[in-house]
Amino acid sequence: MTTEQPTAGAFDPNSVRKVVSVQAPPAVAWKVFTEKMGTWWPLSVYKIGKANAVDAIIEPRVGGRWYERGDDGSTCEWGSVLSWEPPSRLILSWDIGADWQYDPKLKTEIEVRFIAEGKDSTRVELEHRKLDRYGARRDEMRRIFESEGDWGRLLGMFAARAAQDADP
Amino acid sequence: MARQALATPRAEKVLDAFGDPTRRRVFERLRHRTRSVREISDGMDVSRPAVSQHLKVLQEAGLVVVRADGTRRLYSVEPRGLEALRRWLDGFWDEALTAFKAAAEREAVKERKP
Repeated sequence: MTTEQPTAGAFDPNSVRKVVSVQAPPAVAWKVFTEKMGTWWPLSVYKIGKANAVDAIIEPRVGGRWYERGDDGSTCEWGSVLSWEPPSRLILSWDIGADWQYDPKLKTEIEVRFIAEGKDSTRVELEHRKLDRYGARRDEMRRIFESEGDWGRLLGMFAARAAQDADP
Repeated sequence: MARQALATPRAEKVLDAFGDPTRRRVFERLRHRTRSVREISDGMDVSRPAVSQHLKVLQEAGLVVVRADGTRRLYSVEPRGLEALRRWLDGFWDEALTAFKAAAEREAVKERKP
């Protein structure tokens, strides 16, 4: 395991925090995270379109889109850029539900900080927060599933993912 | 139909509790400190009885806990309440950041070469 839980700061049950040390200067870490996301994001698993995803793109400005591109040229939104401060701080709105579907109303937040740690090394801190907003999606999903008599699907997917992680 | 597939009544209750925007605001007000019902409703456009009702739902979902302090009841966040969702995201970010680290380090090596 190369990532770790940060110990500093108060525990916030409404967020997930991660820290990873990267043997690269902040400018390189920033570039790979933002411009070259498609080279490292686990696109075979974590994507939402029907097509095979071939790239993940962040438009480099506040208000820019964050989306995946499929091998058929289609695109699927993931969220947007809330703060763009190269090479030190990025805040993205992440509008993907626990069932891996896009919902523009969701708006959980991901903040990524790139902190120089000696020469050629960067401490990357990531916080995924406002997780209670996953509940915002719930009413609308419930209506859809109840009308189709199969509301259990959403929770089934949620539970399956939680179980996968709990039982590696 | 297929209600037996709902092997996660707890996950359902958590999502249920967060389905209401006012209830999410009540929960948000407890994130950084313990508060009484009065302290929660002050600064919100919601009556104390309504706040109490929301707290009851959050409590039943295992998201907040209450303790008595004299005549007051003090509410705080139950850190384990969001655990299933947090664990899922925790595993996801582990995987994504591990891959990111490898990609950034490959790029750094490439850029160091003349």
